Amino acid sequence: MKPGYGGFDTVRQGDRLVLQAMGHWLVASVAALDAGLRGIETAGARSVLFDLSHIEGLDTVGAWLLLRTCRAFERRGVAASIENVPEAFGPLLDQVARNEPSPPAAARRRLHHTVLEGIQFVGEATVELLLMARELLNFFGLVCVTMMRVWWQPSRLRVASLVAQMQRTGVSALPIVGLLSFLIGVVLTFQGADQLRRFGAEIFAVNLLGIGVLRELGGLMTAVIVAGRSGSAFTAELGAMQVNEEIDAMRTLGLDPVEILVLPRLFGLFLVLPLLTFYADVMALIGGALMSWAALGIPLAAFLRQLHDAILGWTLWLGLVKAPFFAATIALVGCHAGLRVSRSAESVGRLTTLSVVQSIFLVIVIDALFSILFSTLHV
Amino acid sequence: MSDGRSGELAAPIIHVRGLVTRIGGRVLHENLDLDVHPGEVLGVVGGSGSGKSVLLRTIVGLARPVAGEVEVFGEALRLLSDARRRALEARWGVLFQDGALFSSMTVAQNIAVPLREQLYLPQRLMDEIAALKIALVGLPPDAGAKFPAELSGGMRKRAGLARALALDPQLLFLDEPTAGLDPIAAGDFDTLIRDLQTSLGLTVFMVTHDLDSLAAICDRIAVLVDKRLIIGTMAELLRHPDPWIQAYFHGPRGRAALGERMTSSGG
Repeated sequence: MKPGYGGFDTVRQGDRLVLQAMGHWLVASVAALDAGLRGIETAGARSVLFDLSHIEGLDTVGAWLLLRTCRAFERRGVAASIENVPEAFGPLLDQVARNEPSPPAAARRRLHHTVLEGIQFVGEATVELLLMARELLNFFGLVCVTMMRVWWQPSRLRVASLVAQMQRTGVSALPIVGLLSFLIGVVLTFQGADQLRRFGAEIFAVNLLGIGVLRELGGLMTAVIVAGRSGSAFTAELGAMQVNEEIDAMRTLGLDPVEILVLPRLFGLFLVLPLLTFYADVMALIGGALMSWAALGIPLAAFLRQLHDAILGWTLWLGLVKAPFFAATIALVGCHAGLRVSRSAESVGRLTTLSVVQSIFLVIVIDALFSILFSTLHV
Repeated sequence: MSDGRSGELAAPIIHVRGLVTRIGGRVLHENLDLDVHPGEVLGVVGGSGSGKSVLLRTIVGLARPVAGEVEVFGEALRLLSDARRRALEARWGVLFQDGALFSSMTVAQNIAVPLREQLYLPQRLMDEIAALKIALVGLPPDAGAKFPAELSGGMRKRAGLARALALDPQLLFLDEPTAGLDPIAAGDFDTLIRDLQTSLGLTVFMVTHDLDSLAAICDRIAVLVDKRLIIGTMAELLRHPDPWIQAYFHGPRGRAALGERMTSSGG
């Protein structure tokens, strides 16, 4: 579309100011007009008249500019009128005049804006965090109650769904968990040996690897990966169902969304995460063994002997016992966030982010609590 | 409105010849022809899944036809450069079924999106334009600061219409504008569209299932049967021998909606 020129001439006739509108007053050409119209000086004129006889094009925005300028004059005590409206534009001008928006009160909000809003934001975020913690606890209770019900009637557990969840959260995660754990093993061994070489104690890099991976890193890494992979998937799946009103539909059909959607995900992850953790431990040790042999010249037999000396019978179990707790946390946080989604695409995204951040945070907190527990138990 | 903006367009605004579209291996339109003239309201009806929405999407360039030519404002969409295409898109507005508002923005921000993308305007003027459009479509002034999720279905449609009208288009595409509204809201919406159409001089291409809208605001009606369009005024279509058209307009709901009109033409 040709933007076309739009403008106006100012003519003084006695104590009357005539504004001769010309050309195209269209949204595409109006940017320049806007400032000009705001800056008109009445210079003592008693009345202002808009003459539209030379106007060629007009749309709602052009019409609005005319009316806005008239209103501005009227507020200053100058009578304003629009005359010689071409026939074609009559209905348009009427339509806009009928629906003239009230002048915006936007400018007034600015003042103490930033400081107050900052304080308000902190307050709101704090309250929301506390409410969320309470809600999560509530949800945990609800899931426990539902679990009891399923305990008495095991036939209510959806086995097919459970197996599908185990496949998706466990089997499909094997490549990424395996690769990352292997690399962790490689890096840990190499860096450990590099430091311990100064004492001539390279061989103790194996101890570092064994204890570090089995007690802490294997479980933690796996939980973080699974929180990113599956926790986010839980939230997005349930969230999309929420947007689609599928969860409401379930409720009206007498189906319990917690029983059908949450329990299979929870049990699935509960069963799978310890296995994944064990697998991650093994992969990390393989990585470490490979690194010891390739870079440090420790043969496999020596590596195994050193590892056997370093780790006690329960070292592996100290790592594995945490996995079910991590699993429950990830599944609960993910499902809870999914069920909190309101009916908009934006909230799915926001809650998915929140669920991943929260579950990783909680996983690390739980890990720290376990460390304290173990140290008080002297294990 | 034969003003400066549409004076050069005596020819049809939408010109479709020999259109063939296929979705998932199923042929929806075969050699479909259509002309929409400046200043008219065309209603498109057809059975569910007959391809009404696909026709709309093909005309605005969201779906690709297998064959045939589609010209809007005398220009073939497929042959245009990106810049020309954007300029052309500024001349039409589309209202999607549920408004399709961007859910992360307020209504006023939604309306400002096309203004921001197509033009360079001062922020203050954009706010004013948004407020004007909100008033034009009959929303309360405080709707501008709300998010789409906070609005009812009817209000979302009005907000969608406000966004479609943001650039003062000459051509308006409406996809089932009254679906899902209660009869009173639907009636209001019809009046609003007719009202804006006459005062702004719009050409309207409307896909609808609503017999009341068809009777109330459409100048011509295009019926999608057997992959082609049968176009005529209401009176012509009422006499058309095609069985689907007969069933559509003379079924119980059709008779109820058109009762007034038929008795008046009979008497």
